[in-house]
Amino acid sequence: MTLRPGDAVPGFTLPDTDGAPVALQAGAAATVVVFTCNHCPYALAWHGRIEAVSRDYASRGVRMLQICSNDAERYPRDAPEAMRARVQAGEFSGPYLHDATQEVARAWGAKVTPDVFVVDSGGRLVYRGAPDADHRDESLRAAYVRTALDAVLQGNAVAEPLTKPVGCSIKWRS
Amino acid sequence: MASADARSIELLYWEGCPSHPQALAELRDALSELGRPDAAVALRRVASEAEAASLGFCGSPTIRVDGVDPVPPPPGEPTGLTCRVYRLADGRYSPTPDPGLLREALERLLGPGAAEGAR
Repeated sequence: MTLRPGDAVPGFTLPDTDGAPVALQAGAAATVVVFTCNHCPYALAWHGRIEAVSRDYASRGVRMLQICSNDAERYPRDAPEAMRARVQAGEFSGPYLHDATQEVARAWGAKVTPDVFVVDSGGRLVYRGAPDADHRDESLRAAYVRTALDAVLQGNAVAEPLTKPVGCSIKWRS
Repeated sequence: MASADARSIELLYWEGCPSHPQALAELRDALSELGRPDAAVALRRVASEAEAASLGFCGSPTIRVDGVDPVPPPPGEPTGLTCRVYRLADGRYSPTPDPGLLREALERLLGPGAAEGAR
């Protein structure tokens, strides 16, 4: 499955780190879905920038949902307990969801961590790719995501709706 | 003491992690800065969990000089086919070693004459 800009995204309901179900639902001005994890240096390097986007756009009705889909048996650092520890440490300002069956990652065609998807208020994909052009350059501030959000919040088309996601491969269950 | 050119310099990597080309480029940059632009770097692909365990491979990329990791992982770090997490000098996370720390460590491992060619 490969989602293209303009496609309707698949819905999901996943548990957060307290086990409470969280659904992708209508009502948000836009939703940012980030497939991420705990053990990947790319995901960790970009995490602060993604969190800054979450904080900066929350007041404009943007919802951020971060999802860990990795096989926790082979990668225990991505197990629910480790996810919970990061949430309890204050590393996430929004829900951190566990995709234990990996069905959501497959349905969305997520490939790496981080893999960022921006969805408009109508449930259509408007951006997919990396947070910005360089995991080492914090000054970029997740510019690809911010640019996509600024466009969609103003009702405009996203000028660059696809970039290449860069990161660690999602660790699929064998 | 053996010359730096006679040292075994290896870059161990796993295909599932995209960071080894950057690590190789920065390793070559560091060797050039140390006056060893022609030092041979052997690329070694790690392809299985068993191989990772036998090599003590904690993630991709891993650099070794005569078997010694210039930027060693924390004690007890598990082996496996994964991307390795490094810390830059300012504490940020990175998929590759901090270039400055790598250069300093290579200079120590390659011996006091390692940087002579660069002076």
